[in-house]
Amino acid sequence: MQWFAQFFSRRRRYEDISISIQEHIEERTEELMVDGIARKQAEQTARREFGNVTLLEERSREVWTWPVFDSILADLKFAFRRLRKSPGFAATVLLTLAIGIGANTTVFSVVNGVLLKPLPYPDSERLVSLWLNAPGAGGLANFSNGLQLSASMYFTFREHNRTFQSMGIWTPSNASVTGVAEPEQVRTEMISDGVLQTLDVPPAVGRWLAQADQDPHGGKTAMLSYGYWQRRFGGDRNVIGRVIQVDAQSREIVGVMPRGFRLVDREFDLLVPLALDRTNQKLAGFGYSGIARLKPGIQLAQADADIARLIPVWMDSFSNGPGTNPHYYEIWRITPGFRSLKQLVIGNISSVLWVVMATVGLVMLIVCTNVANLLLVRAESRHQELSIRAALGASRMRIVRELLIESVSLGIFGGVIAVGLAFAGLRLLLAIGPADLPRLSEISLDARTLGFTLALSVLSGLLFGSISALRYARTQASATMGSATRTASAGRARQRSRSVLVMAQVSMALILLVSAVLMIRTFAALRNVEPGFADPQHVQTMHIWIPDLLISDPQTVTHVQNNIADQLAAIPGVTSVGFAGAVPMENTDPNWDEIRVEGKIYEGGEPPLRLFNFVSPAYFNAMGTRLVAGRDFTWTDLYDLRPRVIVSENFARESWGSASAAVGKRLRQFSNSPWQEAIGVVEDVRVHGVDEKAPAIVYWPAMLNNPYTPKPTIDAPRFVTFAIRSDRAGTEGFLKQVQQAVWSVNASLPLASVNTMQEIYSQSLARTSFTLVMLAIAGAMALALSLIGIYGVISYAVSQRTREIGIRLALGAQKGALRWMFVRSALALTGVGVVIGLGAAAALMRLMKTLLFGISPLDPLTFLAVPLILATAAALASYLPARRAAGVDPVEALRAE
Amino acid sequence: MANNSDHRDLFPGALELMILQSLRLKPMHGYALVKHIKQVSDDLLQVEEGSLYPALQRMLKEGWLEAETGTSAKGRPTRIYRLTDAGIRHLEKEVISVEKMFAGITRVLAVAKV
Repeated sequence: MQWFAQFFSRRRRYEDISISIQEHIEERTEELMVDGIARKQAEQTARREFGNVTLLEERSREVWTWPVFDSILADLKFAFRRLRKSPGFAATVLLTLAIGIGANTTVFSVVNGVLLKPLPYPDSERLVSLWLNAPGAGGLANFSNGLQLSASMYFTFREHNRTFQSMGIWTPSNASVTGVAEPEQVRTEMISDGVLQTLDVPPAVGRWLAQADQDPHGGKTAMLSYGYWQRRFGGDRNVIGRVIQVDAQSREIVGVMPRGFRLVDREFDLLVPLALDRTNQKLAGFGYSGIARLKPGIQLAQADADIARLIPVWMDSFSNGPGTNPHYYEIWRITPGFRSLKQLVIGNISSVLWVVMATVGLVMLIVCTNVANLLLVRAESRHQELSIRAALGASRMRIVRELLIESVSLGIFGGVIAVGLAFAGLRLLLAIGPADLPRLSEISLDARTLGFTLALSVLSGLLFGSISALRYARTQASATMGSATRTASAGRARQRSRSVLVMAQVSMALILLVSAVLMIRTFAALRNVEPGFADPQHVQTMHIWIPDLLISDPQTVTHVQNNIADQLAAIPGVTSVGFAGAVPMENTDPNWDEIRVEGKIYEGGEPPLRLFNFVSPAYFNAMGTRLVAGRDFTWTDLYDLRPRVIVSENFARESWGSASAAVGKRLRQFSNSPWQEAIGVVEDVRVHGVDEKAPAIVYWPAMLNNPYTPKPTIDAPRFVTFAIRSDRAGTEGFLKQVQQAVWSVNASLPLASVNTMQEIYSQSLARTSFTLVMLAIAGAMALALSLIGIYGVISYAVSQRTREIGIRLALGAQKGALRWMFVRSALALTGVGVVIGLGAAAALMRLMKTLLFGISPLDPLTFLAVPLILATAAALASYLPARRAAGVDPVEALRAE
Repeated sequence: MANNSDHRDLFPGALELMILQSLRLKPMHGYALVKHIKQVSDDLLQVEEGSLYPALQRMLKEGWLEAETGTSAKGRPTRIYRLTDAGIRHLEKEVISVEKMFAGITRVLAVAKV
């Protein structure tokens, strides 16, 4: 740090030198005066003898300086002084830069948090998701996340694998917790042994669920999440050993997971042992997510091969009960397609994020060209000064360096402001961002993001600075000094680089606008898709779960649900109420299984799998799903266990040719099941989102004979979503009444996921609307910036050509023709920019293809409309300065300068 | 500059050596140093002011000298230069090496005369 102290003591050193030299000359003068020389002459002699005082002082000072550092410092000071002198310019540049860099910082922090950072588990690159492909399983593996694992697979894989250090399975569930506060439905994950060991995050308090906790006949235990622990138990460490009622089952709390711990991508409140009984397992029951930690050095492909070997072992070791063929699943062609856990967590969000990142990157380029343009104007006005300095011996390098120092410090300054903006921007982004954005909690402005901001600031500074620096370096000092005098109009060369910049801007703006318009068209196309329900803002939905331990008899469950529906229907303003195993777009499929249509022969003997739902009477009415043919269920259909089903329109067409033909036809699940009569056909519902094809659906009554038990037993879905149609849906008063109505039937039933259908629908469009908003913002910024660019270039041209305009006017030029001259030059620039931009857009839009829906990436309407918009805007932007040109007074103009 | 062709250039380090030696006698300010060297060498050596002040700064930076606020003989403020311990050590080392050099030069010259 010695140099540091030295740096600050320099002022004193310099003073010492001057004082010493001063005294030196004084003494010599006096000595000479003693010899009888007049004072004035003596002083002159003394100075002559001493030499160039300033030079010697400088030489002496130089001992204390680092010449390069000091001249850079001087350049910096000079740059700041010049910026202070033109606050308007400085503010414009800094603000533009801050917005550009801020937007990039914000989006980068999301990209970093979601895509780049490793998952928050130790050695997370060894974690894999046990994803199975089953191309032969029809719809089961088409839509959702491959084929999930069954419990018997878990036992087989766990016992025989050679590539996993540990593995486990889990399934999400809901549980009612009582005995703490109000009955509460909490997010529960039922986990097997090995899940926590695989993720390897130690508990915050207490211990993990251990192998002993998995004994189906042993003690009942549970673990809490950090959030639930804080919320319900106030973070009390004595919670270990306490007993809570989970679905009316006493469970001892054995541990608490630390803050921020998620089960892969899921937030939860409670972890409960799955406690599987190995002896009762069948082949089927593909309802579990699987995770494994690979042994060190094992690759994914090796793990795939290892488990592929175990699929036949699994079929040999278990069965689906007597009389079933355990090798039936061969036609499903199950193969492991394991993927890294990170890939699973990120999902397909990466394309959206990279598109948004590219978009703001492009905006940054436009920002840079705009700033470069402003700097060029400034450099132009400094041309004389720079030429003189060059003539006096300043090296070209030195001047280029000065220009770059100015621009880089602008960049860094802008970056500093940008970090502030990014803080605000990040909040905004997360607010408008899709709620299903993975790893949301891991997004922050961390060191890597700030490093990115710094790099971006410096790089952009170098980029926009180098344009004026390069231009300076190319010009000859003598030439510019000569031409900068009273010539009629500025040389063509001066205007050229600015024109090139404007063309670049226009083409980039075009790309952004095209992508924004394509997104708008996509959104409109999605909005136009008939989702299969109507007027969603007036449909209130909520989950109600009736656990086994609360009401064990399935028939009573249906009665309770029926009572709730009746109570809800009695609320003023409610027009209809129903419930179902799942409502559309909530990403839950109640079941998939085979359906055999009477009289139909299936290829390979096995019919395809169909999506099931279980519905109450009036559910379709409440949702606004049209009945195309036949009739709805009645409560009598349910209570009498009549073998009736309703099918979707596409299923009816596929099976019987038309909707009306379906009524009265029969189908069944297994070849030994009783036939079911189709009594109604409803319109197709896009249950997996409007951008997914509507699947064929079979709607079963919400109380039915269980087809999976050897003897007929009554079954009813315990987890149902109610749909209530009312104009008051979503209002607070209404929700209060809904809660009262439910509790009047059974006070220990909690309500969960209370949303209007509109909210669910918007959420399913969130990704598209998020991309749309981001691209629209970027497109608007790009348009504004390039219009400012065009305006700037034309008004500068007007101001430079005032004399020429004056002469033209004096010679009788028409004002209209003059205006057109300037507008025309703006349109020429725009035209070239548009042509380049169209080419680039056509190439780039292919990359956006996955984000588009119902529209071609080369949509002709978009590619026609956007250039028109740009050209119109450019004409307007140039008209303002052009009008000024026509307003020039020839006398004034010629007298000026 | 008081550049006189009668005076030959000094070898590198000679100016510093003379400054150090002079300051060893007593701390002095700049002009006093010039006069002192001129006097002691009977006008044979004349220090160029142009070299003196940069040299002084170099030596300050090396830590051989210290500058302190003082007053000249005429009562005006100036800076007095004083030798530090490091300066004394450096001087002694330099004196030995210069003496060796002179001895060597003298011998070579003596042989050449014969």
